[in-house]
Amino acid sequence: MRTDAFDLAAVETVATRMRYDIIEMVAAAGSGHPGGSLSAAEIVATLYFAVMRHDPADPADPARDRFVLSKGHAAPVLYAALAEAGYFGREHLVTLRTLGSLLQGHPDSKKTPGVEVSTGSLGQGLSIACGIALGLAPDRADERTVYCLLGDGECQEGQVWEAAMFAAHNKLGNLVAIVDQNGLQIDGACTEVMCLGDIEAKFAAFGWEVTACDGHDVAAIADALARVRSTPDRPGVVVARTVKGKGVSFMEGDAGWHGKAPSAEETKTALAELAAALEAKGVSL
Amino acid sequence: MSKRATREAFGATLVELAGEGVDVVAVEADLSKSTTTAVFADAYPERFFNAGIAEQNMIDVAAGLAASGKVAFTGSFAVFATGRAYDQVRNTVCYSELDVKLAPTHSGITVGPDGGSHQMLEDIALMRVLPGMRVLVPADFHAAREALRVAAREPGPFYIRLGRAAVPLVHGEDFTFELGKAYVVREGADVTLAACGVMVERALAAAELLAADGVSAEVIDVATLKPLDVGTIAASAAKTGAVVTCEEHSIIGGLGSAVAEVLGEHVPVPLARVGVRDVFGTSGDPEELMAHFGLTAHHVAEAARAVRARA
Repeated sequence: MRTDAFDLAAVETVATRMRYDIIEMVAAAGSGHPGGSLSAAEIVATLYFAVMRHDPADPADPARDRFVLSKGHAAPVLYAALAEAGYFGREHLVTLRTLGSLLQGHPDSKKTPGVEVSTGSLGQGLSIACGIALGLAPDRADERTVYCLLGDGECQEGQVWEAAMFAAHNKLGNLVAIVDQNGLQIDGACTEVMCLGDIEAKFAAFGWEVTACDGHDVAAIADALARVRSTPDRPGVVVARTVKGKGVSFMEGDAGWHGKAPSAEETKTALAELAAALEAKGVSL
Repeated sequence: MSKRATREAFGATLVELAGEGVDVVAVEADLSKSTTTAVFADAYPERFFNAGIAEQNMIDVAAGLAASGKVAFTGSFAVFATGRAYDQVRNTVCYSELDVKLAPTHSGITVGPDGGSHQMLEDIALMRVLPGMRVLVPADFHAAREALRVAAREPGPFYIRLGRAAVPLVHGEDFTFELGKAYVVREGADVTLAACGVMVERALAAAELLAADGVSAEVIDVATLKPLDVGTIAASAAKTGAVVTCEEHSIIGGLGSAVAEVLGEHVPVPLARVGVRDVFGTSGDPEELMAHFGLTAHHVAEAARAVRARA
């Protein structure tokens, strides 16, 4: 799927369409996590439609790059990307969280085509990504890259830093982490619940290549990913500054939308806003 | 009877497997000399990864290696590999059904002087309830070697319980470990002694003591705790009419509970559980501790006499 000179506008449009899907599927499910899914829309869209090499027709293609959604509760954003890419039909999206669905409440590699590994218990994805990176490239020269998306609140889990240490020690240059820094967690602002301090300085102190970018700017995201990927003997991290609930006016910046489905009325409003955003890009639904 | 620790089989068997072309790797948490994964690290340094003192990371790195196609073994001690990293074992290894083989050492009270903090007595219980997890408790060095080979060969998650102390060999070098099979190592008619791990040898010694009293004991090595060989256990219980379970583990959740489930559902005969009775371990010499916690051949024989009286 990777295009060397990707169509910026097309990826932006996909991200907005994914937001539409996120609202539709969470509303249909009556539960789920819209806030942290919406904040990661550009990050995931950039990965799947501009950066990663992957083949929806062959999810097990050995040459593929890998993606680990460590913040597994943002499953809707991953499902929206996978459906958009063609790993499964779009009709599955509204079956989210229902009995027998391909699309579990949190990513399940046994059920969903394109999901590399099951996640949902926070703090584990970066360790898993380290293992995959090691397994793919014992000589560190392999071109295949492992991308891992974490939440900023998730970085309160101590295991994240066990993995940070491990990745640098093992010179995992084929590992790229992205922190979706939306600043909010279930109980409120990260700074108030449990202040993380300077995440960039922390990763840098462990020996990572670190950069930050606007997490809603697809060109900036792609550029940041390429920059931290370019160091062959150091893992890289992109701290992407985002807005939780991005794209839906009443969800933006409100921790209350971490894990709650919109009502019928709210869904109508949210979808109208996103449809308008798509129309502004010249796309009609 | 010569003695060897089951942990001695760990690193050596990984070296054998690698030599045979199995794509095996090992992830350790700073205990490579104690667990013997150092033997593998010396032979195949590029396949050995030390996570440092970080057991949760150890398990998930192994999960990632498995997700990239490796057969990943993990080390550390039983108390840390199961207890500290339980969520990683549950939510990543088992939930994704990955080829991660936990083979921690230093299970049970035979750890000795390190004391209760390091003597894992609940690991079988913790591992047994996990969907998809297979639980192997080898009785001696040969069984451990074969158990590790079974785990490497069969896909999916495994728990292989290894110990620190040198224990007598009860099986021959030609012992073949069949997944899910309980081995009748001594036939008898009056009482069944179902044992696992280091207690198999003690159950055999207890059978000798009972024979001196004219009691014929059947001894079963329940080498696989999960999947459990229900047929062999139920058939023996039906024949003898009384069962004693023997384990270096809590009487809650381990072999005693597993056998009680079988008896309750299939052959309701009296059962006595020899094991650690819902307490933590303590410092001491391994043999001293086995006596202190009631895990000697004499204790097993006494339990057998008592359970027969209830039959």
